[in-house]
Amino acid sequence: MIAEAEVDILLNDLYELYGYDFSNYSRASLKRRIVRLWMLDKFPSFAEFRYRVKSDADYLKRFVEEITVTVTEMFRDPLFYRCLRTEILPTLTAKPFIRVWHAGCATGEEVYSMAILLKESQILHKSLLYATDLNPTALEKARRGIFPLGSMKQYSENYIESGGILDFSSYYTAQYGQVKFDEKLAEKMIFSTHNLVSDRSFNEFDLIMCRNVLIYFDKPLQDRVLSLFDESLGQLGYLALGTKETINFSTIKPNYKQQGKEKIWRKIA
Amino acid sequence: MAENSLKRSCDVVVIGGSTGGLDVLLKVLPALKPTLSFTIIVVLHRKNSADSTLEALLASRTSIPVREVEDKDVLAVGHIYLAPADYHLLIEADKTFSLDYSEKVNYSRPSLDVTFESAADVYGDTLVGILLSGANTDGTKGLAAIKKEGGITIAQKPETAQAPFMPQQAIDNVAVDFILDIPDMISFINALNN
Repeated sequence: MIAEAEVDILLNDLYELYGYDFSNYSRASLKRRIVRLWMLDKFPSFAEFRYRVKSDADYLKRFVEEITVTVTEMFRDPLFYRCLRTEILPTLTAKPFIRVWHAGCATGEEVYSMAILLKESQILHKSLLYATDLNPTALEKARRGIFPLGSMKQYSENYIESGGILDFSSYYTAQYGQVKFDEKLAEKMIFSTHNLVSDRSFNEFDLIMCRNVLIYFDKPLQDRVLSLFDESLGQLGYLALGTKETINFSTIKPNYKQQGKEKIWRKIA
Repeated sequence: MAENSLKRSCDVVVIGGSTGGLDVLLKVLPALKPTLSFTIIVVLHRKNSADSTLEALLASRTSIPVREVEDKDVLAVGHIYLAPADYHLLIEADKTFSLDYSEKVNYSRPSLDVTFESAADVYGDTLVGILLSGANTDGTKGLAAIKKEGGITIAQKPETAQAPFMPQQAIDNVAVDFILDIPDMISFINALNN
């Protein structure tokens, strides 16, 4: 097990040498990720682990990618997507232009899910999906739109439960154990690195999706990120979080109204 | 038997189970004293649908407040917290919960090892870990971590478990402090109360 002081030393190195600030990440989870990587890469001592992080830029890249979580899936929580489909998107259809931000999109499964929803709501042609993450390798995967074939059975079930009526496999072509999603879906996606800890608002959106990202942040950082979202949402815009996340204890709460049972809030002031 | 060993105080009892574990909880919870001087955390391997039926089921068997954890909930004494489906459940040094949607551990999310290890890190010798019935190896490393930090470790008596593999695995690999059947488990937890 790693000592608290050693975690502090590593985090301080990352900040001083590379500008990555993990000091407001949920500590228990971050510590577990660091220990996991230490074991995985079989460093005999903390000193050697630290030396590698400090002196090897390629390893630094691996370190940042491995201690941040990139696990995601398509149409996770189908009832959430059903709500988007039946309650939220219909209120956007009259707009001339629709901007969606996927903040912390990881490998992009949710961005493709959203593109499918927008397409089936006949509004993909006038939408733009901005997908950001701090992890360039994950973003590159997202940009390619290639996912493991083995996940498709689960995703297809999720899709149907979310109210999808088409054959899910009509959205991709399968080859060599992988699938590539229809490039028409990706035409409306813009991928870019963005660090929620240190980067600013960059546009005004109608819908911000940030699901299961805030769980990795402590409360002060959650509050800062929620304020960033508040600055980035247009009037009557929507903010969607993960099923176990909330804005209830943040400073932006008074300006938002939760939409039904799902973790979707609308900006009302 | 148990009372003698409980001179020290207990802050948290963490209970983990897989196949057959829920049945044990449904027997244990109604028999607990309604006002507890510690917190109970329950981690069960469960289907990854985000419904709240398990929370309702557990709550129906006890007057102790039962809550399925939301991110950054504060651990309150006298409450039972349930790990939500499809997240790992961790505990922060400031006694709040964190959720984590990283890779499955032992084919499981929530994983018992993850919560046990995290709780051991924060609660040390004021932690009691109980491993129930199951057909998985999850929980053994977690009990070892609890033991190492000075906490008390308990495995359900395998002969009384619907799936004996999981508690047996712990008994074979960790010098667990107690191996208990369900009535003894109930007496043990009640005796922790101040």
